[in-house]
Amino acid sequence: MAATELAPAPPSGSVIARAPRERTSAWPLIDRIGYYMCWAVGIGLCLIALAIVLFMFVKGISYLRPSLLLHSPAPSVVQSQSGGFLDPIEGTLLVAAIGTVLAAPLGVAIAAWLSEYRRPAWLARAVESAIEIISGAPSVVLALFGLLIFAQSFLGFLSQRAATGAVYGRSFFAAGAVMSVLALPLIVSSAREGFAQLPDRLREASYALGRTRATTIRRVLLPAIRPDIATGTALGMGRIVGDTAIITILLGAGLTIQPVGHTPVSSLLRGTGPTLTSYVYENSPAGEGLAPQKAYAAAFVLLLIVLALNAFVTWLTNRGAQPRERGRAYRLLRFEWIPWTR
Amino acid sequence: MDPMMPPPVRRIAVDRDPYVAPAQPAGNGHAPAAAPSTRLRAARPIAAQVRERMRIESLWLAYGENWVVRDVSLPVRQGEVLAMIGASGSGKTTLLRSLNRLTEITTGAARSGRITLDGTDIHELEVNELRRHVTMVFQQPNPFPMSIFDNVAYALAERPGRGGRRRRRSAEIERAVTDALHRAGLYDEVAGDLDRSALRLSGGQQQRLCIARALAAEPEVLLLDEPCSALDPISTATIEELIVSLRESVAIVIVTHNLQQAFRVADHVAFMHLGELVEYGTSEQVFDRPAMQRTRDYISGAFG
Repeated sequence: MAATELAPAPPSGSVIARAPRERTSAWPLIDRIGYYMCWAVGIGLCLIALAIVLFMFVKGISYLRPSLLLHSPAPSVVQSQSGGFLDPIEGTLLVAAIGTVLAAPLGVAIAAWLSEYRRPAWLARAVESAIEIISGAPSVVLALFGLLIFAQSFLGFLSQRAATGAVYGRSFFAAGAVMSVLALPLIVSSAREGFAQLPDRLREASYALGRTRATTIRRVLLPAIRPDIATGTALGMGRIVGDTAIITILLGAGLTIQPVGHTPVSSLLRGTGPTLTSYVYENSPAGEGLAPQKAYAAAFVLLLIVLALNAFVTWLTNRGAQPRERGRAYRLLRFEWIPWTR
Repeated sequence: MDPMMPPPVRRIAVDRDPYVAPAQPAGNGHAPAAAPSTRLRAARPIAAQVRERMRIESLWLAYGENWVVRDVSLPVRQGEVLAMIGASGSGKTTLLRSLNRLTEITTGAARSGRITLDGTDIHELEVNELRRHVTMVFQQPNPFPMSIFDNVAYALAERPGRGGRRRRRSAEIERAVTDALHRAGLYDEVAGDLDRSALRLSGGQQQRLCIARALAAEPEVLLLDEPCSALDPISTATIEELIVSLRESVAIVIVTHNLQQAFRVADHVAFMHLGELVEYGTSEQVFDRPAMQRTRDYISGAFG
């Protein structure tokens, strides 16, 4: 190509024609009504969301003090002496961690089996129905069922045993385990979505190299759906962090974290305590704590945690859509430090 | 070869009839003016090293009730390239996929007849073992969403008995990966950054990466299912040259819709029609002196 050749200049200004906006006046009346109703509903939803955030923000900020985040709750009828909500924050994080650690591997395994093996077919359909039932079950129902299970005497080592031998069935582990059931369907469906979107030629390529189905899943498919797994896990965490029914039934609503026994980790897992949701409930005008201002502050912190999780999910999803390059942040975020994902 | 350097312009011997060209599916990398031509053919034959690796004996293949391959017998030899030509639906891809038993992942696939690899019935081999001996490259480049290095390393045979997790980059693995990339003619282009995502490569490079991956398993037979149909003419030329240069070390079977391509790369050609093997012979025989009327019709563009 000769260097002296002039490239044509791109057109500018009024020369460029753009598609005009579509005029709704030409539409049939019924279409217009439907169209404007969609608008109205959308705007209404935005207003509600905005109102919640603004309300919690104003109320929360006005009552939130740094000291609230650093002190344990104390029993007192006077708000100024009832301490902060350090324990509820810790409780929330602990329950979320237990629930996620249990649900994520199980959910991914179920999704892998449903997407890649599906044999026998009747079992796959049964598993799908079971997941639908679980995802449709109200959390209070799951909680009652969980209490029934964890109050069995042979599971006494997972919670507290009374002097009479009765098992309470309430502990961080019990709550976390039932929470994992709550998060499971979200992780399964997200991971299945990921598996379904992988083209078959990826699988064929691996089979054609003499790799088994299991190796293909472990080394090709799972790494490829890491963003989906992360999305499902984060959604599940959001669900766990926000649930109240399971906490009140399976964790009680104590003011502070009460370990059981003296073994470092198990004492915490067997122990009971509050979470942010139970703290908000107890201190709201409906509860017994009589500290509505602190309930607002705690609710604000809870909202922040959930919003942060949502933002994290969005970010992960967008990241997953782009071609991936390797770097340190990449490895961290893609969970490459987990051996089986390499 | 420098991929930017167009191969010399030469007239293709088979291209006597101008209406052969329209028979090609569009975008099949067919560009008469720039296509590599008899230069490739001058290099052959290398009959001294030819030896039979696979043998297909009266093979019938069906999906459900529908027999798509009917009574086909063919030898597959190392040292030469076997091209399978024929219209869409003639069963050539199914036949190719049956050679490493990839047909078995389709439900309802059935077969009758015998296929041997070095004298052993392939259905007596463990299926994944077989697929390491008979690897495949597909129509669409399908690199894994991982780095170039990992793509090739994935195909390396696992070494049992060493136990535990393989160290990620032992010198041995490194050598095997670079060797495979060299054989696929890709090494010089990607040597700078093997950690780059394979999805960032161009289509032609991705396809050569897939060939490198297939070669890394050190197969006896390499199956190519229309490997150039998604590629531009320059990438096609590079890959054709590669195929011819590989035939000494591995038996190659290529399915193609592109008759010029078959003529350029193949030593033997099998023409299939509606599941039957109509004609099999050296490419000169099949293209210049076809024995069957259906072959004559097909290579002169009457159907397909």
